[in-house]
Amino acid sequence: MKLVTAIVKPFKVEDVKAALQAQGIKGMTVSDAAGYGRQGGHVEVYRGAEYTVDLVPKVRIEALVNDSDVSKVVDAIVNAAKTGKIGDGKVWVIPVEDVVRVRTGEHGSEAV
Amino acid sequence: MPEISAGDTAWVLISAALVLLMTVPGLALFYGGMVRAKSTLNMMMMSFGALFVVGIIWVTYGYSLAFGPALDSGSFLGNPGTYFGLNGLLNTSALAINGAYYPIPAGAFIAFQAMFAVITVALISGAIADRARFGTWLVFSAIWVTIVYLPVARAVFYFGDQEANGGGFIATKLKALDFAGGTAVHINAGAAGLALAIVLGKRIGFGKMLLRPSNLPLVMIGASLLWFGWFGFNAGSSLGANGLAAVAFVNTFSATCASVAGWLLIERLRDGHATSLGAASGIVAGLVAITPACAFVDTFGALLIGLIAGAITALAVGLKYRFGYDDSLDVVGVHLVGGLVGTILIGLFGTTKVNELSVNGLFYGGGVSQLVIQIEAALIVMIFSFVVTYLIAKILSSTLGFRVSKDEELEGVDIALQAETAYDLVDSSKGSSKGVSA
Repeated sequence: MKLVTAIVKPFKVEDVKAALQAQGIKGMTVSDAAGYGRQGGHVEVYRGAEYTVDLVPKVRIEALVNDSDVSKVVDAIVNAAKTGKIGDGKVWVIPVEDVVRVRTGEHGSEAV
Repeated sequence: MPEISAGDTAWVLISAALVLLMTVPGLALFYGGMVRAKSTLNMMMMSFGALFVVGIIWVTYGYSLAFGPALDSGSFLGNPGTYFGLNGLLNTSALAINGAYYPIPAGAFIAFQAMFAVITVALISGAIADRARFGTWLVFSAIWVTIVYLPVARAVFYFGDQEANGGGFIATKLKALDFAGGTAVHINAGAAGLALAIVLGKRIGFGKMLLRPSNLPLVMIGASLLWFGWFGFNAGSSLGANGLAAVAFVNTFSATCASVAGWLLIERLRDGHATSLGAASGIVAGLVAITPACAFVDTFGALLIGLIAGAITALAVGLKYRFGYDDSLDVVGVHLVGGLVGTILIGLFGTTKVNELSVNGLFYGGGVSQLVIQIEAALIVMIFSFVVTYLIAKILSSTLGFRVSKDEELEGVDIALQAETAYDLVDSSKGSSKGVSA
């Protein structure tokens, strides 16, 4: 089992969600995130005072997947989230030791 | 003694309620949305606090100090005992002030002027956002309204009898023109805000980190309500449902539109963007500037006063970073500077075409004499307010303490002082409760 984590632009969430559903992925967790990479921040102006906002709003999407699905899920996310401009985000994969479904107590792949 | 006029009475009573609307919720929303989310409720409570403290003072000794017969000849204050508790005034006879009669009951004037005292104190609070102790603010409100506002209001709003005997110094001796309180309200509050901001010191992070307004839609609603209420403030100052009220009303509209244009133009040229906070600020700056002038200028005068006020205040709000005083919500930049602009420009744009009580200014063939008088009146109020407020604030700082602790400031004054949270937007911030104790 793997945990696929994707940081994407907020307006790409719907596209990524649809792409994952098309791959048969049945669940995901979405949370608001803020950070910076190569994109850097932006400037806001309040009554003439300029503030550089370093942390850019992003959305973090997390999905638990079985090993056999990893490459197609990553490809699906990358294709859906891509605009070609700086700040499109990142996707990474880490191994997961165990997963438990709270309702049934199932472990491992059954619980994904 | 004249008959009571139903129309005049209705207009003044409605105007009084409109001026209350300026403070709550208008100013409270305008200021509350402009601070960070952790100070919104405290900021709004400073307006509500000024309201109830000044309200109680007004109906006990305040009105009598401002509008009662002089303590002795040449006194800057009325006798607080004459109308203590509005003694003898809450009845059906016509308003009499120092020998002059008005066709409205005294109660209508008392109510109208009460709301002026309230909003003047509430305006000051924006200079010390995020860091003032609430109890000390209430004590300050009581002291300030008594020894700064009431004497100035008497000087500006208390007229003499036919020979102008015993009238307010600025209105009847200096003969400065101030229709609705550019000096008594805005220069007064702005200078006081500057003194308080200096005494309390900068907020943690001022000039270094983002102290971003938490809710600009609230700011825009607040500014809009201020504009709506300001028609009562300015047009109500005619104390009658008459032509003068209509002149003041239209000028209040024209100047404010021009001020928004002026503010946004400066922003667009300097910063590259016309902002919503700029539009809201332009509204207030224009209203401030036209306040003293609204019954004394024609449409071109009003438009120019608004345009100039919007542009100058848009530039003036940057001064605090240059000079290093944390006037958090720009009470100085908007109210002091806007008040000075409006008060002084009467000396250029005043015209008797709209109102025989006006004086022709420099651009209307009247020479410089009125301009000099206007500058004198503005400076007198500014210096008096700044010096006395500075002393009050110093004394309160070293006795009661005026500023919250560093920990309270970092945590946020809403939780530290009011024990409440303005926004409950995230489930995880709900915490857990040990149940209700009472």
